[in-house]
Amino acid sequence: MGAREQRPGAGGRRLHAFNGGVHPEEHKSVSTSRPIQPLPLLPRYVVPMRQHIGNPAAPLVQVGDKVLKGQMIGLPEGAISVAVHAPTSGTVLAVGHRPVTHPSGLPDICVEIEADGEDRAVAMAPVDWRAMEPGALRAHLRDMGLAGLGGAVFPSHVKLDPGKERKIHTLILNGAECEPWITCDDLTMRHHAAEILAGAAVMRHALGCETVLVGIEDNKPEAQAAMRAAAEHAGYPVEVVAVPTRYPGGGGKQLAYTLTGLATPSGGLTTDVGVQVFNVGTAYALHRAVALGEPMLSRIVTVTGHVARPGNYEVRIGTPIADLLAQAGGELPEATGLIIGGPMMGFDLPETAAPVVKAVNCVIVKDRLLFPPPPAPLPCIRCGACARACPADLQPFEMYWYAKAKDLGKAQAYSLFDCIECGCCGYVCPSHIPLVGYYRFAKSEIWAREQEKAAADAARARHEFRDFRQEREKREKAEKFAAKAKETLAATTATAEPGEDPEAARKKAILAAAMEKARQAKEGVQPKNIDKLTAAQQKEIEEIEARRARAVEEKGTP
Amino acid sequence: MLSALLILGGIGLVLGGILGWAAIRFRVEDDPLVEKIDAILPQTQCGQCGFPGCKPYAEAIAKGEADINKCPPGGDDGIRRMAELLGVEPKPLGEGLAHKPKSVAVIDENTCIGCTLCIQACPVDAIVGAAKQMHTIIEAQCTGCELCLPPCPVDCISMVVIREEIDSWKWRYPVYMLKQAA
Amino acid sequence: MIGSPHVVSERNSVRLVMAKVMAALVPATLAHAWFFGPGIWVSLLLCLLFGLFFEAFALGMRGYPLKPFLTDGSVLLTGWLLALSLPTLAPWWLYAVGMLFAVLVAKHLYGGLGQNLFNPAMVGYAVLIISFPTHMTQWPAPGDLAIHVPGLAEAFDLVFAGQGSISPDAYTSATPLDSLRTQLLNGKTAAEAMTQPPFGYFGGKGGEMVAVMVLLGGVLMLMNGVITWRIPAAFLGGIALTALVMQLIDPTRQAGPLFHLFSGAAMLGAFFIATDPVSASTTPRGQLIYGGLAGMLTVLIRVFGGYPDGVAFSVLLLNMAVPLIDTYTQPRVFGASAPRRPRV
Ligand code: SF4
Ligand code: SF4
Ligand code: SF4
Repeated sequence: MGAREQRPGAGGRRLHAFNGGVHPEEHKSVSTSRPIQPLPLLPRYVVPMRQHIGNPAAPLVQVGDKVLKGQMIGLPEGAISVAVHAPTSGTVLAVGHRPVTHPSGLPDICVEIEADGEDRAVAMAPVDWRAMEPGALRAHLRDMGLAGLGGAVFPSHVKLDPGKERKIHTLILNGAECEPWITCDDLTMRHHAAEILAGAAVMRHALGCETVLVGIEDNKPEAQAAMRAAAEHAGYPVEVVAVPTRYPGGGGKQLAYTLTGLATPSGGLTTDVGVQVFNVGTAYALHRAVALGEPMLSRIVTVTGHVARPGNYEVRIGTPIADLLAQAGGELPEATGLIIGGPMMGFDLPETAAPVVKAVNCVIVKDRLLFPPPPAPLPCIRCGACARACPADLQPFEMYWYAKAKDLGKAQAYSLFDCIECGCCGYVCPSHIPLVGYYRFAKSEIWAREQEKAAADAARARHEFRDFRQEREKREKAEKFAAKAKETLAATTATAEPGEDPEAARKKAILAAAMEKARQAKEGVQPKNIDKLTAAQQKEIEEIEARRARAVEEKGTP
Repeated sequence: MLSALLILGGIGLVLGGILGWAAIRFRVEDDPLVEKIDAILPQTQCGQCGFPGCKPYAEAIAKGEADINKCPPGGDDGIRRMAELLGVEPKPLGEGLAHKPKSVAVIDENTCIGCTLCIQACPVDAIVGAAKQMHTIIEAQCTGCELCLPPCPVDCISMVVIREEIDSWKWRYPVYMLKQAA
Repeated sequence: MIGSPHVVSERNSVRLVMAKVMAALVPATLAHAWFFGPGIWVSLLLCLLFGLFFEAFALGMRGYPLKPFLTDGSVLLTGWLLALSLPTLAPWWLYAVGMLFAVLVAKHLYGGLGQNLFNPAMVGYAVLIISFPTHMTQWPAPGDLAIHVPGLAEAFDLVFAGQGSISPDAYTSATPLDSLRTQLLNGKTAAEAMTQPPFGYFGGKGGEMVAVMVLLGGVLMLMNGVITWRIPAAFLGGIALTALVMQLIDPTRQAGPLFHLFSGAAMLGAFFIATDPVSASTTPRGQLIYGGLAGMLTVLIRVFGGYPDGVAFSVLLLNMAVPLIDTYTQPRVFGASAPRRPRV
């Protein structure tokens, strides 16, 4: 499609157009007329422990505990995880499974908090990020619960660790917000431009990079103006760049390409080409975490569509979505459901009791006019419209063909895992095929199979080891037994009573030996207390483990 | 006549030589069939196929002594893949065998008398415990083979179906009926 | 569960695509009627009706709903293309047999909409030209060459009741491609042959104007984004280049690129037949190869083959090669270092 042409953008930066993309109706003005409104304190919050990519946080509180606003209630577990905090002060009502914002509608572990209405906070103190060790700063961000607010919720402290070999030369603040309807980043930029850039200063410091670019789609002139004005006083060079409005221009790899011309390798991250991308909302939250010491307690959420008071709300994490809608004036009559996220990549929310989490940037109330039920799908006519719209330069109809036939290997061979699930293909398909549904199905099926395969391999190894162990035990027993029998035989034949059959005597001896052995074995069985291990016992166990390992080596299979 | 024969024979020899060389030079190192079949089997080691484990069953299939439809945990998918591998028609699960949802064994820790009988039965060493001590099952290693159920003298082991959790949840196959499209 | 995206582009549906293609065929059809008489309306009507009938029959047999598939427009387009490729004023059963093979064999035996390996209209055409060569070569003469141009009523008569009162010689003539072949066989040079009556400015009389109208429709489709430039450009390029090379090798007996481009079904093939998405190559590089080879084969079949036109056979042959072409011309994925090679 020859779309690799370079167009000079405003400010003289040469922009690079990625292939494909679509331009659905924007509907952004629905929610931009009002400023960001804070939500009043609600009586009850449900805070899921799994709000970010990686391991879920481990609950730190128990039923009946009193918590304060900003108190850590979920401990980060493992390297890729962040903390979770109480959104207000109150009492822990429950720690258990509650419906969460997930396309499956399955419950997950949450901490339910009853607000006491006082909203008392823990002591929060700013940190001096310039003087901090990079590791300490990252640990602080992890404990502040910082995860990307653009939708992927990847822990920020991990992204801020450039690693040893990798040099990050450019930090991109993603204010493109290419999905229709969503305006939370737009409003954040309009109202908190200076704070965003203050947060970016910390990121720049942590990454050790020079260039800072802010990419904003050219349908947001107010946000651009606000960011430009703030950039003058940022204290470091910032370039605010208007990028053409084209979905999915706000995808990390797409934005990085548009702004720098560097194409992220397939299967890689933008950091592979020295670019790190953060959402503007994340920069704002990071600023608060550093300058105020405030954990991620709330986020800006766009409530829009078929709702009485569409707009952007500052919503505490854990606010049930039903309550959020009520605060936005409630759904208008004949609403037909909710979308979490944008219309291109979001999902239908099965359960409105589910809470707002760090990933929720937008709640769209559907109705039949704005979101008519999709026309019935027809077979694919291989028109190639999807391929022309695909920003990843894939051949979506081929992947669809194989995913539909459940020929997962072939689907993968057509680069299924390069698909970013942006939905452009499904948007343009004249046959209205739910293409992305097939890709998601195929991907999760492939992952599940890989897991199954790993489990089967582990089971096979354990089984083979067990067989081997049993063999060995049998052999050892037999050897011991044979040795014993020989001894006894020698003894008995010596004292053999005259006239007795030597064969019968041998049998007798064997029997005696067996009985002796059984007696010994019986005595040998001592009840062991495995709760309180002495050092000696510990050592013994270790020895056994070592023997096991040796045996494994001996046999050659794990 | 003679020269024609010689030429043809010569060509035959040369080509044959090339083929033979190529066969050695480009030989693809292949897993033996047993390994390939074993890789498809789910390694539950439950013995429902009538063999004392997955590997013996794989060996029997490879020798042509067993049918491919005797493994309930492998399910229809397993049979299909096996049929593909062996170039035969897939068939429904054998008689008297039924596919059950994937489960794990759980020991009722209050009833367990610590007899170690289940430990000896478990094909993958998924049970830990010592004599006269309460036993427990490592869930991640249990294959759900049910072999530990019969030996338990106090019937304290039960099978629990694995529930779908958020992290094991899978996107469903999009179903729409073309034939009912209107 | 429908899932994302929750919105679809309203400007895109199979029906709309087919309607746009058919709209682009209107100028050519009008030109056809203008130059060759109203017979085209009869054959068009017959092809459309037989198409709908066979489609409904096949859908019914296969248990599919009639409404979405009959109205998707694909069978109408097939009928229209076949009508434009067949001689008008032929007996009605010729159109019936053509559509039968196009719809039942080429389309539904392969699985219906979107599954056919071969272009249905061209399968119908190929079957007819192999089975009924005499009927297929009796093309009506362009208006100013014909002794008599049958009117609409007469056309109906001719189609349904057979030739009756009027002798075919009165309204048919050899097509330019046929005529050229005969003249060359008689030892004339191409330049001499092309001074004969059936030839016009650069193609066949009348036919060249229809071809210009097809070109116009094609350009409209290009501007509208219904098709992309690759296949038509490669197809026409393939024709022009091959014809040019031929002409350079043997200037006396070869007609040259312009003639090949504007005679027979070349234009129709370039914009409407080779571009049929279902049976064409889908990768950018593959489309160039596919189109170029089809164009080249068209000229080769015309020059060396025994059939009057080569478009149908070349497109069908290339249809067969599409899976191979596509497999080896997969585009480079965004950020990938090399084009993908799906293992077959
Ligand atoms: S856009 Fe739809 S109909 Fe066209 S090729 Fe892609 S999947 Fe097939
Ligand atoms: S969803 Fe995947 S295949 Fe479809 S356009 Fe986006 S990246 Fe391409
Ligand atoms: S614990 Fe029981 S069910 Fe699980 S693998 Fe061992 S024997 Fe089988």
